[in-house]
Amino acid sequence: MSTIIDLLKSLLSLSLGDFIRRTFGTSPGIELLIDIGGVVILSTFCLLIVIFLIWLERKLIARMQDRIGPNRVGGRYGALQTVADVVKLLSKEIIHPSGADWISYNAAPILTVIAALLVWAVMPFAPGVIGVDLNIGVFYVMAISSASVMVLLLAGWGSNNKYALLGAFRAVAQMVSYEVPMILALLVPVILARTMSTDGIIAAQSIPFLLFAPVSALIFYISSLAETGRTPFDLLEAESEIVAGFHIEYGGMKFGMFFLAEFVNTLFWSGMFATLYLGGYRFFGLENWVSADGYPYGRMIGLIVFFIKTFSVYFVYVWIRGTLPRVRVDQILNYNWKFLVPLSLVLIFFVALIDKLIPAGTGPAARMSIHLALNLLLAFLTLEVLRRRGRQFRESLSGGDGPGGREALFPDDDHGHGSDAHEAPAHDDHGDMPLGSREPIAVPIH
Amino acid sequence: MLADWQYIAIFVALSPIFPLAPVVLNRLLGPHRPNPVKQQTYECGIETVGDTWIQFKIQYYIYALVFVVFDIEAVFLFPIAAAYGQLDLFAIAATVLFIFLLADGLIYAWSRGVLEWV
Amino acid sequence: MSQQIVFFILAAITLTSAIAVVALRNLFHAALALMASFLGVAGIYILLEAGFLGMAQLLVYIGAISILIIFAVMMTRRMMQTRETPFNSQVVAALIGTLLSFAVLVVVIGQLYPLVPGTDTMLGSAPAVDPAIIENSTARMGLSFVSADGYVLPFEAASVLLLAALVGSIIIAWPRSGEEENL
Repeated sequence: MSTIIDLLKSLLSLSLGDFIRRTFGTSPGIELLIDIGGVVILSTFCLLIVIFLIWLERKLIARMQDRIGPNRVGGRYGALQTVADVVKLLSKEIIHPSGADWISYNAAPILTVIAALLVWAVMPFAPGVIGVDLNIGVFYVMAISSASVMVLLLAGWGSNNKYALLGAFRAVAQMVSYEVPMILALLVPVILARTMSTDGIIAAQSIPFLLFAPVSALIFYISSLAETGRTPFDLLEAESEIVAGFHIEYGGMKFGMFFLAEFVNTLFWSGMFATLYLGGYRFFGLENWVSADGYPYGRMIGLIVFFIKTFSVYFVYVWIRGTLPRVRVDQILNYNWKFLVPLSLVLIFFVALIDKLIPAGTGPAARMSIHLALNLLLAFLTLEVLRRRGRQFRESLSGGDGPGGREALFPDDDHGHGSDAHEAPAHDDHGDMPLGSREPIAVPIH
Repeated sequence: MLADWQYIAIFVALSPIFPLAPVVLNRLLGPHRPNPVKQQTYECGIETVGDTWIQFKIQYYIYALVFVVFDIEAVFLFPIAAAYGQLDLFAIAATVLFIFLLADGLIYAWSRGVLEWV
Repeated sequence: MSQQIVFFILAAITLTSAIAVVALRNLFHAALALMASFLGVAGIYILLEAGFLGMAQLLVYIGAISILIIFAVMMTRRMMQTRETPFNSQVVAALIGTLLSFAVLVVVIGQLYPLVPGTDTMLGSAPAVDPAIIENSTARMGLSFVSADGYVLPFEAASVLLLAALVGSIIIAWPRSGEEENL
């Protein structure tokens, strides 16, 4: 009886491993079993939560687009819609396209899920609730996700389809490109925390790093959008252009595996963002609360806090998907190489310099203020440079180089400037001025 | 520590099960009646013309090249970032010089128009 | 003991896929085998308590170099259709060369690290290393990269080398400003 209560309390305080060690003693065999159990629980969680994530995303996107979304299967809210979809995928015929390379074609969906699962090994869910706290945790994550890019080439080449290969090439070019600013942005939390361990980075965040390094957080967030191939960087599976990208030839559960990996990855990067910049499971020290009889119930609080933060970040992913249109392939690559990479290089340059110049005894709040000031200054200068480039670009457009210039776009523009229109909106002549005098939509980074 | 990697090793060994299970289940549950037309690769409803082996732009290669250089740079920078607390100003200067030299490469590639997607 | 089993598995993966790299006809398959070989090497690094190096192997060799190799293969047209076997008349010579260099390696390593008398190992027992050193090996490496009494000169030289590689490859691969239309 006492064992059962012990088990229940251990479950509630997320310390099942300790329970097993107490009950069955400690030996290498038991440790191995605990590890295996940890792997199984973590992987099953990742696979099952996707069912919820897909439903959530469809529901959220539907609301943003003024629709209702899934509302038939499983009650008013369509809660079982994804389950029905899974059943449908399971009953589909597996078609092996002619001329496809058997090994590459079949290995790709398996490997992509393996890579998506492996990164979760270093995700800290709560104090002590982490697969393994590697001392190179962040680097491990980058290495696995970098190696997983190869899977796209496997799928694209193995399918024996021009669209698939083209999609794979675009996807790889995009992913390897955005890996550079992501890695450089990741260096900032590592410098601030002086460790690469994910748990260590959380321990260093008495003030969340979002306030230390908002620019780094933004770069990391944008790169993670591109790494997961989400809107606005979803060109690699642009349905209207290259049908579905590298997984066009996949059907049934093999397609389902790519879909699943995408969602698992999105949730992973949300969790990573929460860990690196929002303090992860930290919640005013409550996460370390240990009850009088020795059960660390605070872990449950930490877990809940972690998921609240993670899903907030995840919501922004969905929000962006509901808001932004897709960008062109040249814009994707230009945005990366001519904006994000130089910016992250400058950022890492200054952070490395400034953090050393701060005297050793400075408190976290003062240190935060200095970093924040640096970041804001950098952001302001960046915007100023962009504004100047944008103005140059617009002037080059209106420089009389014929069609495509500013006059061609806005023939009524010489009536007056934007400011006039705003000062006299009621004037008859300027009835359509707010539209006509609008600045041409120009991409400043070009 | 090697003990840490034991978990990763177990993870690597077990992880194929999770994606394999649904795929195998799909194979068992789904019908399996292949025919040549069904197995054709998808190309907007018409038969595939020519080779899949189409030639690609050199841009892809150049981007991969620039990426390799920056990837290696990151590999150097991560241990330095981890050791940041023990670095003196000289070490910081060395790091900054390292970043600066790499940034030079980017500026060169940019000025040559290599990063232009044509 | 379990470490030895893992080592043999990793060594088998590395060697088999290394042989596959040279024996496979399909270039893409050869590139994949090369990646499997890299993976095996990464595993051996981790087994040697060099986790960072193992992950660097994954990041650089599989995540970057392999992609570069495959892109290069894709750039060249019709190389995949080759039906000729990679084995040719030099296979015997290559075999002899391999065996000879293996023999040389065995002799040299045997001279450098003679067997401890009475055992079948080269070192009497595993050398005692402070766990703290292993735990902090990555940060120690980073520190030695940039400290004045460390490897700061090779480190900066590596940076110059990377820069030269980037500039050189652009000069070779990119047409000069006048010849863009030939692209």
